[in-house]
Amino acid sequence: MSDFNLEVRKEGEVVVIKTSGYLNNVGGEKISEVCYKEMESKSKFFLLDLENTKVVNSIGVSILIEIIEKLQDVDGKLGYYNLAPIVEKTFNIMGLTKYSSVFNSETEALEGIL
Amino acid sequence: MVKIKPPVVELTLPVLPDMELAATKTAEVVSKHMGLNEDQAAEINMALIEACINAFEHSESDKQIEIHFKIKDDLLEIQVTDKGIGFDKSKVAIPKIEEKLGSDYKRGWGLQLIKELMDTVEFESTEKGTTVTMTKKK
Repeated sequence: MSDFNLEVRKEGEVVVIKTSGYLNNVGGEKISEVCYKEMESKSKFFLLDLENTKVVNSIGVSILIEIIEKLQDVDGKLGYYNLAPIVEKTFNIMGLTKYSSVFNSETEALEGIL
Repeated sequence: MVKIKPPVVELTLPVLPDMELAATKTAEVVSKHMGLNEDQAAEINMALIEACINAFEHSESDKQIEIHFKIKDDLLEIQVTDKGIGFDKSKVAIPKIEEKLGSDYKRGWGLQLIKELMDTVEFESTEKGTTVTMTKKK
């Protein structure tokens, strides 16, 4: 099994999740677990730092769609930065960029997500 | 003139979690050998991951899938074959995120991703299995 790890921190109102490893079903579930737990504590702005996730699959990305859906219910937002070109292309093909945001840097992301 | 057969790299994978990553390792070596650029190699890897996942899902757990990388002068042809029950491609809907939001079924993106990332894709499916043939031009 591939390793997938998360580091979670808060920057004001924003929950920043730095991932590392293959974003498959297991990785997607780990991200959603953190998001839903934080949403219970009223957090609604989430950023994924995908610098160390160069490979994804559609099952893992589908779980991000589920998170977007749940965030829509609370007027929350999901954003990403440090995306590998193929990951950004995959998000574009699957339409995630219509309902969540890709940023060029952490600074831009922390300002833009709110 | 004698026609030389293109070199073929063959790979057999068991139906085990994350085994698609073994296929991408081979694809990386083949892409490098062919002089494909980083973007092309990444697109091949992503399409291959999706083709393998589909093949695994169609297969029983004790079966294997086969992958053939055919190295041609101007393109790479990859065939992914499973021995599953096959599928009717006419019944596979084009996924749209607008429809996925609010639906219980968020998956079903594999074929669309393969089509978008590769230059050509063909499917041959019977009750004895499915072969996906996809190509990427140099």
